Amino acid sequence: MNYRSSYFVLTCLGLGFAFLYIPILSMVVFSFNASKLVTVWDAAHSPTLKWYVALLRNEEILDAAWISVKVAVINATGAVILGTLAGFGLARFTQFRGRFTLNAMTTAPLVMPEVITGLSLLLMFVALEQLIGWPAGRGITTMTIAHMTFSMAYVTVIVNSRLASFDTALEEAAMDLGAHPLKVFFVITLPIIFPAILSGWLLAFTLSWDDLVISSFTSGPGSSTLPMVVFSKVRLGVSPEINVLATITIAVVTTMIIGVSLWMARKARLERLVA
Amino acid sequence: MRTGAQLQRIGITGRGLVVALPYLWLMLFFVVPFVIVLKISFSDIDLAIPPYKPLLEWVGKNSLAIKVNFNNYAFLFTDSLYLRAFGNSIKVAFISTLLCLIIGYPMAYGIARAKAATRNVLLLLVILPFWTSLLLRVYAWIGLLKANGVINNVLLSVGIIHEPLTMLYTPFAMYVGIVYSYLPFLILPLYANLEKMDWQLLEAAEDLGCRPWQAFYKITLPLSRNGILAGSMLVFIPAVGEFVIPALLGGPNALMIGRVLWDEFFSNRAWPVASAVAILLLILLVPFMMWYQSVQARETAGAR
Repeated sequence: MNYRSSYFVLTCLGLGFAFLYIPILSMVVFSFNASKLVTVWDAAHSPTLKWYVALLRNEEILDAAWISVKVAVINATGAVILGTLAGFGLARFTQFRGRFTLNAMTTAPLVMPEVITGLSLLLMFVALEQLIGWPAGRGITTMTIAHMTFSMAYVTVIVNSRLASFDTALEEAAMDLGAHPLKVFFVITLPIIFPAILSGWLLAFTLSWDDLVISSFTSGPGSSTLPMVVFSKVRLGVSPEINVLATITIAVVTTMIIGVSLWMARKARLERLVA
Repeated sequence: MRTGAQLQRIGITGRGLVVALPYLWLMLFFVVPFVIVLKISFSDIDLAIPPYKPLLEWVGKNSLAIKVNFNNYAFLFTDSLYLRAFGNSIKVAFISTLLCLIIGYPMAYGIARAKAATRNVLLLLVILPFWTSLLLRVYAWIGLLKANGVINNVLLSVGIIHEPLTMLYTPFAMYVGIVYSYLPFLILPLYANLEKMDWQLLEAAEDLGCRPWQAFYKITLPLSRNGILAGSMLVFIPAVGEFVIPALLGGPNALMIGRVLWDEFFSNRAWPVASAVAILLLILLVPFMMWYQSVQARETAGAR
């Protein structure tokens, strides 16, 4: 290929990435700023780690973070199970009753405005409670169920597309040799889609960890998540501790993403060597 | 060894089990809730917990009365606030989608045409913000846009402006926030589409005397139609109901329907009105969602 990107395209790429990254970098830089004014650089006393210390002593934020971790872990695990089943079904069973509905139900949550999902789930929980007495009030349980409902849709898409790009020959060969469908799934299919399941788990964790709107509708007293605490702080203006929180988030996400993609690249190289 | 018929029977019941669990889950927690929203949108507001009156009521001993009222909907159409909010949300979402396309298309194109190694790095750079909390990234813009924020400080110190610009809590800030947050959602499907493009078509066109712009307009653009549509839907549909960005960047006058729904629910405790808003919003968006699904179906069918 002798194509060379034109200057126009290169400029657009440069400006586009600047647009995406300047806000992120600004939070990182100002997390080390000593001034309480946040965006006014206090050259005399900066850089400093004092807001990092303040964040680690902030009980409200730490409690909320702990609730968020619990919800996100249970949510990601549940969403991976449900989403893998749905993605596998959609990719491998070409015809079954309800296929169209299942497909629609796993696509719609991806674009559904969060206020609608949140409101409808809350009203559902209230109605269920009136009807059968469960769930008693709102809290971590209802929030986790709500998160699983929208994050499983993402896992479904990821698993489905990974399976669609893999032909069925291996699975069919194993079946022809007499392996039980369950055994085929665990010995052949699962290892093939494992990278997709891993990214699905991480994505489901992140979606839950970040969610504000659906959590606000479905949480109860005493179960404020981290985004809910951040939102109420940020509404009052900028706060140095939130910059610290953002910097830590960015550091963790970047490490994780680079780690996973290096691992996947290595795995893909090995697969090519074997094949 | 099992006979084929037995295997098939096991296979079929196994298949049923595989899809039954996610199917039932989504039915119970995604579809049925909408029915309940619909129901509550027809009930009266009540000063109770929960704050609405039942639709079905026992009248006397044996007769069940259904009390459906359209007051909530009538209310939405008489108070001009709601219609204006709907109109404004569509306008904001539409303009944001266009802006995302203008910024995102050249980026997706550039990434698709980069060398394989560069491509992966660039893709990673698009995906990374998507994994970082939306709330925190929107918050970053407060620090950039406010009166003594980064942008004003830089412009003042360079001498381009002499007093700070008012940017935060304006429609401008809201557009910046929406475009910024949703840009990766547009770039990724568009890239996936462009990546499959046969670039030799462009070379052929140029050999036959097409100017590069002409070749782009006549070949690349029509062939990437599905990617453009899918990406645009991923921006437009959620942006119509967006709450966080107008709440943080748009200021008190930013009239967006997602915010109206939120306030009806949390500030006014008017659950039936909030439900009616949700139903109208849903009616507005369902055609776009179906369009998105058919575009997606075409894309996957084309890929196989």
